[in-house]
Amino acid sequence: MAVNNEIRYLNPPTVEVKKKKYCRFKKAHIKYVDYKDAEFLKRFLNEQGKILPRRLTGTSLKFQRKVAQAVKRARHLALLPYVTDLLK
Amino acid sequence: MLKQYETVFIATPVLSDEQIKEAVVKYREFILSEGGEIVNEEDWGLRKLAYPIQKKTTGFYHLFEFKADSQFIAKLETQYRRDERIIRFLTFAMDKNSIAYSERRRNNKKEEKKEE
Repeated sequence: MAVNNEIRYLNPPTVEVKKKKYCRFKKAHIKYVDYKDAEFLKRFLNEQGKILPRRLTGTSLKFQRKVAQAVKRARHLALLPYVTDLLK
Repeated sequence: MLKQYETVFIATPVLSDEQIKEAVVKYREFILSEGGEIVNEEDWGLRKLAYPIQKKTTGFYHLFEFKADSQFIAKLETQYRRDERIIRFLTFAMDKNSIAYSERRRNNKKEEKKEE
């Protein structure tokens, strides 16, 4: 079994510098996510209009739920699409 | 105890302006007649919808922010459902944070108006 140090990598393994993710809501002391301003909510959606997971946006659980709730309300009111191909 | 609510509804673009105004006035009177109290009202006018609703791609958005008691909401929603001009509506109970947020939003909107 190849011992670890014998493994030759073609190029040095790029250790992704661990950017400390922070919850933008706690940092900016935002208390309430408004479902009416779609521009702000768009930052939490990907190209297809799907909600981004916490591990990418780094938001805390409490605010992730608020964002998800706001996005679903915005979708109900046709401020945000349910699915689209080019959102940004 | 009067709780604070926020309701947004979309009216079909097929209507003429008077019909829209008349619908808005009808709901405003309805809220006031039931002992409600309108805190804020916004008319976003004709906006493009993100996806077609009932084969229409645009709609008149209107927002009411009002204080009312909780039984009133069921009546308001049956009115919305019966009214065929309204194609979609959403009522939302406001808690402490959302009330503070909407106040701030209204204040900076006033400032913008003054600057213009």
